[in-house]
Amino acid sequence: MAHAYTPGLKVSPKIRLTKKRILPLKGDVVVNVGDTVTSDTVVARTELPGKVTPINAANILGVPAPDLVEHVLKPEGSPIAKGEIYAVAKSFFGLFKTTLKAPEDCHLENISQITGKILLRGKPLPVEVTAYLEGKVTEVYPQEGVAVECWAAFTQGIFGIGGETHGILRMVCKSKDERLSPEKISPEHRGCVLVGGSIVTAAALKKALEHGVRAIVVGGFDDQDLRNFLGYDLGVAITGSENKGITLVVTEGFGEIPMADRTFELLKNHEGHKACVNGATQIRAGVIRPEVVIPRPESELKAGPEVTAGALIIGTPIRVIREPYFGRLGTVSLLPPELTPLESETKARVLKVKFADGIEAVVPRANVEILET
Amino acid sequence: MTQKPEDIKVIIATDCGSTTTKAILIQYDEEKGEYRQTYRGEAPTTVESPFEDVTKGVLNSISELSELSGRELLDENNMILKKSSPSEGADIYISTSSAGGGLQMMVAGVVRSMTAESAERAALGAGAIVMDVIASNDHRLPHEQIERIRQLRPDMILLSGGIDGGTKSHVVDLAELISAADPKPRLGIGFKLPVIYAGNRDAREEVSGTLEEKVDLVIVDNLRPVLEKENLGPARDKIHDMFMEHVMQQAPGYKKLMEWTDSPIMPTPGAVGAIIERVAQLYDLQVVGVDIGGATTDVFSVFVDPEDEKPVFNRTVSANLGMSYSISNILAEATLPNISRWVPFPIDERELRNQIKNKMIRPTTIPQTLHSLAVEQAIAREALRLAFVQHKSFATTLKGVQKQRTIADAFVQTGTEGTIVNMMNLDLLVGSGGVLSHAPRRNQSAMMMIDAFRPEGITRLAVDSIFMMPHLGVLSEVHPKAATEVFLKDCLVYIGTCIAPVGQIKESKDVMKYSIDLPQGRQEGMLRQGEMLLFPLGVGEKASAVFEPTGKADVGAGKGTRVETVVHGGVVGLILDGRGRPLMTVPDDKDARIQQMLSWLENLKVYNMDELKALGRA
Repeated sequence: MAHAYTPGLKVSPKIRLTKKRILPLKGDVVVNVGDTVTSDTVVARTELPGKVTPINAANILGVPAPDLVEHVLKPEGSPIAKGEIYAVAKSFFGLFKTTLKAPEDCHLENISQITGKILLRGKPLPVEVTAYLEGKVTEVYPQEGVAVECWAAFTQGIFGIGGETHGILRMVCKSKDERLSPEKISPEHRGCVLVGGSIVTAAALKKALEHGVRAIVVGGFDDQDLRNFLGYDLGVAITGSENKGITLVVTEGFGEIPMADRTFELLKNHEGHKACVNGATQIRAGVIRPEVVIPRPESELKAGPEVTAGALIIGTPIRVIREPYFGRLGTVSLLPPELTPLESETKARVLKVKFADGIEAVVPRANVEILET
Repeated sequence: MTQKPEDIKVIIATDCGSTTTKAILIQYDEEKGEYRQTYRGEAPTTVESPFEDVTKGVLNSISELSELSGRELLDENNMILKKSSPSEGADIYISTSSAGGGLQMMVAGVVRSMTAESAERAALGAGAIVMDVIASNDHRLPHEQIERIRQLRPDMILLSGGIDGGTKSHVVDLAELISAADPKPRLGIGFKLPVIYAGNRDAREEVSGTLEEKVDLVIVDNLRPVLEKENLGPARDKIHDMFMEHVMQQAPGYKKLMEWTDSPIMPTPGAVGAIIERVAQLYDLQVVGVDIGGATTDVFSVFVDPEDEKPVFNRTVSANLGMSYSISNILAEATLPNISRWVPFPIDERELRNQIKNKMIRPTTIPQTLHSLAVEQAIAREALRLAFVQHKSFATTLKGVQKQRTIADAFVQTGTEGTIVNMMNLDLLVGSGGVLSHAPRRNQSAMMMIDAFRPEGITRLAVDSIFMMPHLGVLSEVHPKAATEVFLKDCLVYIGTCIAPVGQIKESKDVMKYSIDLPQGRQEGMLRQGEMLLFPLGVGEKASAVFEPTGKADVGAGKGTRVETVVHGGVVGLILDGRGRPLMTVPDDKDARIQQMLSWLENLKVYNMDELKALGRA
């Protein structure tokens, strides 16, 4: 197969980003093309239909299901206030009355003459979509949402948890291979996005949460700690909806792995600026990787060296993404076309990589990713 | 398709998977008078951004096919050249698809173990992933069920319930729940969700009245017209139609792809099931097929129902048991001790957990070291085992049917109540999916399948050589002869035959005397408890054999009864498994367990033993 290698994660010092901000159901767009927005600006809103409560009305009233409609005081679709009586049945010549009262403000959705049930629909739930980025609205999709565009420094992680958030970027580790331990976190980090080195420990994550840190960006994380933090074993990598009060972006993988130089340097260069972070990850059809976006004026960003995405040629900078050289960076030094047996006896298309220390190794092409900009 | 089958000489078939689109070329060999698969090409699937057009990946894979075969398959406009000549074109083009998450369905029925289970069987048989089963007795409150229907956003819903002429209110109740949830389809904003009603005939009017304004309702015959009978065909066919008309129409590029194909596009698992069912029927076999993918594991089986003696096809999908995207879930479900019992060296839990998670987040990587390979194959055993447990509990005789029992039945204890999966009757076990099809040694595939499925008696083992069962499944709909010929000659790689006596024998005691007339001479001896033996017998070779189990063991003819038979060879050969059934427990002591594993692996030549033993010392 011509393109069997893993596309790399994007690490870009200067990029023009466009994000579609779309409602889950049709609604109203509340901004216009050209408007300047910040992360918290609401760009569209809608209302999700309220919760439905089925009431076994015919049974409660003691009437046959086909006759139920005669005992309901309001037609389908009517609003009912909390505590209001909406159905009555009389027995013993009107001496006894059984009534049904609305448990909350709702609408009478349906009266079934077959099952004898009444469906009450609660108040609609308002949903708002914010801009997430700081930039300009470049397109409006009527009733659906908008596109927001900005210039930014940008990096993707490999895995994350937690949804969209934002805060001021603070480097709490001096180097890419330093551990993010609890003593590096202090109360002044409330509302910030913290950048660590090779790993964040479970204790540090707990302390960050206590101090109201919005997000942590770090090289590695231990799976055992992830399980303890989430309270369950994550089976499938679809994340983003965890409500743990903090967003985590892991840039390299599980275990203690120094953050890639380029990622660490990029984040360091923007310390003190606002970062928009999203931990949402989906590793199936339609890959979504977690991200750190640092919106900046175009003039203040400097483009990195051009690397042609997708081309694996001699000299391409790569990172090995599986043992035995997991996490090591190098450049492609040879691309033999034939299938080559590996130590596992698997025959695969391989490449030779030259690591920074000059040592060369053979690795399967499937086990490297191109460092993209 | 208007062509006569005899006019079809060249066939292109593609399978658009979630990551890769695989194309195969099938050609008619005039001299031998048979169809053979000749070339295979593949390219990344292009359903997702930035391409968002499945046909690009299809054309890339066909273009690779063209390059490899030297046959022009695409014209100057990059269209498939239809009508073959000796050097170019193909007579038909067909395809399957599981891209974009496949067909995702929700099913509903009144009683969980009766109509809801029949509906689930119909949906699975059609190749769907069943996201949830809603039933009147599923212990959820109505508002929870409504919330669930709303959240899931399936591609379609299959609603069943009640026998014809039975109570209407329960199934109407379910229709009201669906109506209240007002569900939206996964793809295509603004479209109505397709709902197939296959329940009580007498409730059609009420169900229509409840649902037709909110969903795209289609009514078919009741899938459980009476308690004693399932009628899954109409519902299954309608699911295929709706898949084409609604779901595929919304997926990027599929409208174009549907115009290109000469027969309807089938969901990949539906196609795999079709070929397995056809071959089982044609050769009167009881078969188990498994496809272990990155995200899911599908198990297919055809077993004879002991009650009416008719073959019954079953398919299950273990939606979160897979070797890459959902590898982490195998650890969660199987637990560490169950995985580590198959690892022939000591492992550290923390390291193993991180290794598994790293595979999950970088799913396309392959094991470079023997250590990684052995760990992955240990995990695969557990994924297969769990998927098969699930399959056995689903492939049952119909529940809810009154049975006459005698006093003798009270003393019969079966492990899985009512399952029709009888491993002693199994003729053929077929493995498919990367970890089985692409294992560096076929001995590894054999060992994984035996450890996970635990075949009983005499069972042939095979793997799908290059994962072409989906292609052949869709081909079987238009050209059954070509499909079955290629299935038997090119698709299946016979691994050999496993002979596994059933019974629990005491440690180191005799299990079975054997005498096998191999091409190189007669092999005779005694298989002892806990022992595994391998004898060479090549592909296409047969050998006469006599097996004489000891008093407690059974190799197919009853306890202690001698069996004279002819056994078939394969790339691995004949495997004698003396570990007993149920499979003997591995020792608790770590060192003893590893020694035990090493002896089995050594006898079956599963790994390079010097390197494997070195891992244990490291």
